[in-house]
Amino acid sequence: MASLANPRLMLAILAAVFAFLYVPISVLVALSFNDGGLPTAWTGFSTRWYGELLHNRDIMSAAFNTLVVAVVSTVLATILGSLLAIGVEIRRRKGRFLETIIFAPMIIPDIVLAIALLSFFSLLNVTMGLHTVILSHVVFNLAFVCSVVRARLKTFDWSIVEASTDLGASTPVTLVRIVLPVMLPAVIAGALLAFTLSVDEFIIAFFTAGAGRDSITLPMQIFAMIRFGVTPEINALATIVMAVSVIALTLSQRLNRGGLPGQ
Amino acid sequence: MKDRKPLYLMTPALAWLTAFMVIPCLLILALAFFRRGLYGGIEYTFTLENLALVFDPLYAGIFLKSAAIAGLSALIAVIIGYAAAFAIAAAPSRRQPILLFFAVLPFWSNYLVRTYAWIVLLNREGLITGLARWLGYDAEMPRLLYTEGAVVVGLVYNYLPFVILACYAPLSRLNPEIAEASRDLGASSWTTFRRVVLPMTVPGIATGFVFVFVLSIGNFVTPALLGGGQFQMIGNLIYAQFLTANDWPFGAALSMVLIAIMMGLLTLQTFATERASGAKREES
Repeated sequence: MASLANPRLMLAILAAVFAFLYVPISVLVALSFNDGGLPTAWTGFSTRWYGELLHNRDIMSAAFNTLVVAVVSTVLATILGSLLAIGVEIRRRKGRFLETIIFAPMIIPDIVLAIALLSFFSLLNVTMGLHTVILSHVVFNLAFVCSVVRARLKTFDWSIVEASTDLGASTPVTLVRIVLPVMLPAVIAGALLAFTLSVDEFIIAFFTAGAGRDSITLPMQIFAMIRFGVTPEINALATIVMAVSVIALTLSQRLNRGGLPGQ
Repeated sequence: MKDRKPLYLMTPALAWLTAFMVIPCLLILALAFFRRGLYGGIEYTFTLENLALVFDPLYAGIFLKSAAIAGLSALIAVIIGYAAAFAIAAAPSRRQPILLFFAVLPFWSNYLVRTYAWIVLLNREGLITGLARWLGYDAEMPRLLYTEGAVVVGLVYNYLPFVILACYAPLSRLNPEIAEASRDLGASSWTTFRRVVLPMTVPGIATGFVFVFVLSIGNFVTPALLGGGQFQMIGNLIYAQFLTANDWPFGAALSMVLIAIMMGLLTLQTFATERASGAKREES
């Protein structure tokens, strides 16, 4: 490519694109530390808006709800998704139908899954709340965990498993002592990804949380606040939420890139 | 482990997906063919009225408008994204991973937050208005937020990192000798790009375009926040049927048509990618 490229033009493109990508977020982060809180005048560095968050009961309860949803759905999705990944990778025949079912939660539009689940829970007369959000989040989370773990297992030598079985180990023992250590980094990477997706997920939670005030998650709270306009508190909250997902996902990528242990 | 064993490993997850994805989605499919009850409930008699209503000029218009906004966003995202991917691919190879990492990083942060960042920039007391005043622009500023333009900017902003990633993949795999050969044979840089590089990277462009289009046409957050409810897109219409208008069968019919459009496009894109890679194989 380099032979076709005008270096100055390339530099200009990169500068423009990165400015487009980073200026909006940077402004937001900078304003969250602006003492006066107004977007038009810088009145000094301050963390007071972060302090205000701690005293906002709605935000704290929403943050707690999000933590509950994210932790429970991540644990469930990690177990189900990892087992699914092993199951699919052990099989020698790959079924197109199976692949579609596993792939679907990742590409199905949020709004469609959200209304489908809303109709489903309503027709079954299930009272909706945090538990229905958890049930719903596990759907896409397990698919993501499964795909991360599968990528790792693709390079796994299954003859080791046969050797373990031949030497008399039962299947659960083989899974825990042979397969698990190899796939553990991918399992943790998948869990971090699932946790982040769940913390950030808005639409499905919005539709499946029911009408109760006590089942509002953080993204739902942010959505409600944003509709009323820009406040320094939202800037601070947005900065925290952004930092959490970026850190968790960078960590997840790191873990996933490392080679197999012992290699 | 025999081939039969994996079943019990897969059963819990597959049962979960069946209960909370397959059945609910089939339910939506079925709902589209039932009549709406008098008080917002569902009357279990078969009808095609809901589907017919989707093609009523009023609602077909909303579909077309959503498609236009999604198409424009996808087009702009592909132009910017391709240029960025090209510039990254042209950078020294040891710098490429870090450039790519920072191009994708914003994509990992919360969608609502990324959209909100544009409210901060575009609102009446926002930074852009402030900047214009500071530069000496005294006249009345046109409204920036709550316009179609704001929605397009928001969609491009949110999905650009994916387009960069999609376009970078074929660009980085491209053999530089092919471009050099074209130059040696007398083609200009522009001709080489247009006749050699561009055709070989079509799969990435198609993937990026379809992705942005599909995610934009059904989007409900961005039109709600940056469009401010000034106009409706298909996602907002579906939302309204379920949460305010209480016409579930019609909402289900809308969703069905939306899914059909998305699946059609995704199939087309897979087809385009497969054809392109097939053509490459024949060449070699």
